[in-house]
Amino acid sequence: MARAVTTNRKLANTAVAWIIGLLIFFPILWTILTSFKTEAQAIANPPIFLRFDWTLENYAIVQERSDYMRFLWNSVILAGASTVLGIIVAVPAAWSMAFVPSKRTKDILLWMLSTKMLPAVGVLYPIYLLFIQLGLLDSRVGLVVVLMLINLPIIVWMLYTYFREIPGEILEAARMDGATLRDEILYVLTPMAIPGIASTLLLNFILAWNEAFWTLNLTSVDAAPLTAFIASYSSPEGLFFAKLSAASTMAIAPILILGWFSQKQLVRGLTFGAVK
Amino acid sequence: MATQHSRSAARLMMAPAVFLLLVWMLVPLTMTLYFSFRNYFPLRPDRVPGWAGFDNYVRFVTSSTFWPAVQTTLIIVGGVLLITVILGILLAMLLDQPMWGQGAVRILVIAPFFVMPTVSALVWKNMFMDPVNGLLAHLWRFFGADPIVWLSDASLFSIILIVSWQWLPFATLILLTAIQSLDSEQLEAAEMDGASPLSRFSYIILPHLSRAITIVILIQTIFLLAIFAEIFVTTGGAFGTRTLTYLIFQRVLESQNVGLGSAGGVYAIVLANIVALFLMRIVGKNLDA
Repeated sequence: MARAVTTNRKLANTAVAWIIGLLIFFPILWTILTSFKTEAQAIANPPIFLRFDWTLENYAIVQERSDYMRFLWNSVILAGASTVLGIIVAVPAAWSMAFVPSKRTKDILLWMLSTKMLPAVGVLYPIYLLFIQLGLLDSRVGLVVVLMLINLPIIVWMLYTYFREIPGEILEAARMDGATLRDEILYVLTPMAIPGIASTLLLNFILAWNEAFWTLNLTSVDAAPLTAFIASYSSPEGLFFAKLSAASTMAIAPILILGWFSQKQLVRGLTFGAVK
Repeated sequence: MATQHSRSAARLMMAPAVFLLLVWMLVPLTMTLYFSFRNYFPLRPDRVPGWAGFDNYVRFVTSSTFWPAVQTTLIIVGGVLLITVILGILLAMLLDQPMWGQGAVRILVIAPFFVMPTVSALVWKNMFMDPVNGLLAHLWRFFGADPIVWLSDASLFSIILIVSWQWLPFATLILLTAIQSLDSEQLEAAEMDGASPLSRFSYIILPHLSRAITIVILIQTIFLLAIFAEIFVTTGGAFGTRTLTYLIFQRVLESQNVGLGSAGGVYAIVLANIVALFLMRIVGKNLDA
């Protein structure tokens, strides 16, 4: 039974929550607004909130000066390829652990989790050296593999928790009705597994997109994604707030939109099923 | 139901993932261990490579940069944990209340988590913390105060602020999920029995949240011990913001003292594993349930 709440109380809750929500969101909002200002307006004191001359010139300058599209493309390739590869490797593994569990399943899952806990900096030099020796430094292939490997434990875990929720009885029922193994996989299991796979895909795409240790240390020009592109703004030159804002907005906009769709999976994916 | 046949098929299906992770773990780890016992300066041909015994381990701990780095790491991790857990609990309780536009507020609160680390660090560094043109400097001047040079005079606080902003959504979201699983009848009963809001919080809500809080603390600790980009693009490790992770990065890639850096890496791995052990026990228990 829902608690009866006075309208006043609800009004107060709403006001406080919105104020805090907007405060937390403000840096992002301010970045987006600043990206449409001129450089002079971007640093104006008192700050201009909405009544400035809206312009798109910063976006044009950023693209022209640093070939933004190339970094964007690298980000898409790195995050996309590493996630899809990870899913391809993880689906059979998670599948077998969920449907044919053995005594060791739990140990294997926990061990996989433990590889995720390995601090990247502890293996920085070996990976760096291997990349040099194999000619992989600043290559997309090398980074795709590394990003796939660092997210593989999360992918396996997420898929496992989703697959485990598919009831085994439904398979038996299908079998009784004369379904072959092929029918079972195609018409019974796949439709039930797709939402879980999609959520896993989404969250891990976001994680790979935002990864900023290996992408900063293993790329320079050719394979550099948006994380590295933004980092190049860390040494300021003259007035650059509006340009920085435009570059930032372009780098985070796609992921913000995807992220809002994945809030629910975020909890499951990052707590390894411990909080649902 | 699992036949011999399906068992071996299952093992086969698991093999690629297990194999890849095994290689990913063992190869670099073995190399780091090997390097940590070597004198190895790839950029200094004048220094002969050779065995170092435990020299690197001793030198890493006794160098004048070690304890400050440990201290910095602890302050950052502790500060961010304190802020995100306390504010996260309050925010989760607020978001659990009936209100208009709950979904929209939730989206606003969660947004920072999806901002890539280099963007959030640079936006804060320039547009908010810049001592001349930053918004905070404008605000300070508006009240007639001298603007603070955030990233050099209050460097640790600034980093903690930036990282907390990034991680508050994570804590809030997980704690909110946990609060929503709380039986509201229990709270109502307590309310009817005359329990004050404070005692309802400390005797019902907090115990219910304890597991979620533990998980937030453990997972965040593992990620926070490894923060890199936020320091890389703001201070570059200057002004007392050199964490253990950053120190190892500098030893390995900047000064190319691979032996010393690798010994530091081994320390970092041991440290992370201690935290991970606790986390795995909780996760493992949950797996049985």
